[in-house]
Amino acid sequence: MSQATTSDRDGIASLLPEFDYRRFGLYAVIMLFIAFFVSPIWTGLVTSLKPPEAATQPLLPPGPETFTLESWTRALDQLSRGFINSFAMAIPATLVNVLLASTAAYGLTLVDWRRQMLVVLLFVFGIFIPYQAILVPLDNFWTNIFPLAKGLAIGNVTIIPANDRWGTLAELAITHVAYGIPICFLLFRSYYKSISEELIEAAKVDGASVTRIYTRIVLPLSTPMIGVVLIYQFTQIWNEFLFSLTLIGSAADQAATITLILSGIGADLSGTNFPLRMAAAFLAALPTIVIYVLFAEQFAEGLAAD
Amino acid sequence: MESQQDAVAGAGTDERVAEDRYARLRRFWKSDFVRSAPYWGIPLLLMGAAVYGGIIWNVLISLTDYEGFLQRPDYGSLDLDMYSRALSDSAVHLTARNTFVLLVAFTSISLVLGLFLSILLDRDIRQKSKVQTIYLLPMALSFVVTAQFWLWMYNYNNGLVNTVIGLFGLGPYNWIGNPKLVLGSIIFALIWQFSGYTMVVFLAGLQSISDDQFEAARVDGASIFKTYWRVIIPQLKSASVSAAVVLMIFALKIFTFLYAMFGTYRPPKGTDVLATLMVREAFMLSNWAYAASIATILLGMSLLVIAPYLYYQYREGAL
Repeated sequence: MSQATTSDRDGIASLLPEFDYRRFGLYAVIMLFIAFFVSPIWTGLVTSLKPPEAATQPLLPPGPETFTLESWTRALDQLSRGFINSFAMAIPATLVNVLLASTAAYGLTLVDWRRQMLVVLLFVFGIFIPYQAILVPLDNFWTNIFPLAKGLAIGNVTIIPANDRWGTLAELAITHVAYGIPICFLLFRSYYKSISEELIEAAKVDGASVTRIYTRIVLPLSTPMIGVVLIYQFTQIWNEFLFSLTLIGSAADQAATITLILSGIGADLSGTNFPLRMAAAFLAALPTIVIYVLFAEQFAEGLAAD
Repeated sequence: MESQQDAVAGAGTDERVAEDRYARLRRFWKSDFVRSAPYWGIPLLLMGAAVYGGIIWNVLISLTDYEGFLQRPDYGSLDLDMYSRALSDSAVHLTARNTFVLLVAFTSISLVLGLFLSILLDRDIRQKSKVQTIYLLPMALSFVVTAQFWLWMYNYNNGLVNTVIGLFGLGPYNWIGNPKLVLGSIIFALIWQFSGYTMVVFLAGLQSISDDQFEAARVDGASIFKTYWRVIIPQLKSASVSAAVVLMIFALKIFTFLYAMFGTYRPPKGTDVLATLMVREAFMLSNWAYAASIATILLGMSLLVIAPYLYYQYREGAL
C-alpha cells in the first residue's frame, strides 16, 4: 500500500524517495490522539508530585526544589481503610460471580433443552437495566428486610453477629454478585458457543453426566475466559461507586470503599488541594492500572463482547 | 417426547396409565432440563430476585406515598400520584432535556470518534497493540478517578485546557462553573473516557472483514476513503448497533461521573439529569416513592433502547 503512491509525487517529495506523506500523516494523527488520551493522566501525575502552592504549570514535571511525595503519603494514609474494604469486598464477589456465571452459561448453552432462549433473554436483559430502577428497593431490602450489618438471628440464636463494617461489606458484595451475573454470563456464553458440539456430544455418548461434562471438559477449556471475566469483573466492582454511596452512605463510615473515600478527598471549604486529589486518584486506580497493563488484551476482549 | 408417550398410553388400562405417568416423570427427572437446572437455576434465582424483583418492587413503591426516615412503605393505598407529580415537575422537564442532549451528543460523537480511531489502527501501523492499550486506558479507570483528573484539567487558573487554548489567545473559560459550558465539558470528558471503548468494538468488526475487499476496491481504482465509506463501514452495522446501545444506556444512567465532579448531592447546575435527580430525591431528600417513580420513567426510556435491540439480536440468532 505504501508503495502505491510513490509515482504521483512531485516537488520536494521527489527528493525524499523513501518519505511517504500518507504514512507520516497517519502516525502524526495517532501521536496526537496519544497526547489527547494521556494528557489528563500526565498532568495529574506531575501535579501530584508538587506542593499545592506550586501546582501552576500543568504540563511541567516538578523541579528539584518543588518535588515532594507528601501528597502521596497523605493520600495513602486517608485511603488505606478503603483499600482493605474494597479488596475484602471485590475479591470474593468477583470469584462467586465467575463461578455462578460460568455454571449458568453452561446450563443454558452447552446443555440443550427447549425454550432455553427465554431464560437467556432474562439474563441478557439484566445487563442493561439502569441501577436507579432498583436502588430504592435495594436500600430498603438491606436496611429493613435483611440487614446483614445488624446481624441475623432466628429467635434467640444468633446466626450472624451484628457487625457494621463487615456486614455492610457483605451486603455490598452480594449486591455486586447479583447484578454482575448477567454480563459475566454473556461473556461465558459467547465463549461456550465456540466449544465444539461434537466434543460435548461424544462425552454424552460415552455416558458422561451433565456434572461430569462440566467439571472434566468445560471447566478446563474455560481457563482463558475465566481470566477475561475475572479481570473484567474485578475492575468493574473495584471501580463501582453508586452502590457504595447508597448502601454505605459516607466516606467516614468504617465500611467505606476506595471510590467512596476518593470522591471526597482534597475538597474542603478552604479550597481544593489538587496534588492530594491527583495522588489519591492514582492510588485508588493502582490495582486496576496494574491489572490493565498486564492484561490489556483480556480487558479489551471483555469490553468488545458486551 | 410427550407425543410418543401419549401414543403408548392410548393402549390403555389404568395400570398402564399409572405406569406411563411414572415413566414420564422418570424421564422428565432425567431430562437435560432438570439435570442442568442447578447450574442455571441458582444464578437465575439470585439475579432474577435482584433485577426483576427489584424492578417490580420499585414500581410498587412508586405507587405509594413512601417518604422520610425509618418509615415503611404503605402498600395499602396505591395510586399514580407520584407520576402525575413527576410529569408536571419542572425539574423533571429540565433534567429530561439534559438527559436527551447528553444522550445524543455523547453517543454520536463517541461512535464517530471511535470509528475514526479504529480505522487509523486498522491501517496496519507499527506498535498497534501498544497504541490500542493507550487509547483504551481511560476505560479501565473508575469515573471517580477520571472526574478528579478532569476537574484539574478544567481548573480555571492552572488547568491544562485553559493553558492550551491560552496559547491560541483564547479563554480562559470557567468550564465547570458556567452553566452554559458545563454540559459540553462533561460530554467532552466522557468522550475521552469512552471513545477507546467504541474503537475496540469497531476494531473487532474490522478484523472480521477480509483484506481481499481492500484489494478488490484498489484494483477498481477506489480511494482509501471511498473504500471505507462505501464498502467497509456499511459492514460494521452490528458493531455500531451494539456500541450505540451500550453508550445510550450508559448516558441514561450516568450518575457517578457527575456526582464525583460536583462532590455532593446538590443539583449540578446545567448538568442535572434524570439519573442524578432520582438519586438525590431518594438518598438526600428521602422522597422514596417520588424517586422510585422517576426511576421507573428512566427504566421506560431504557426499555425503548433495549427492547428493539434484544429483539434484533434474538432474531439474528446473535444471543
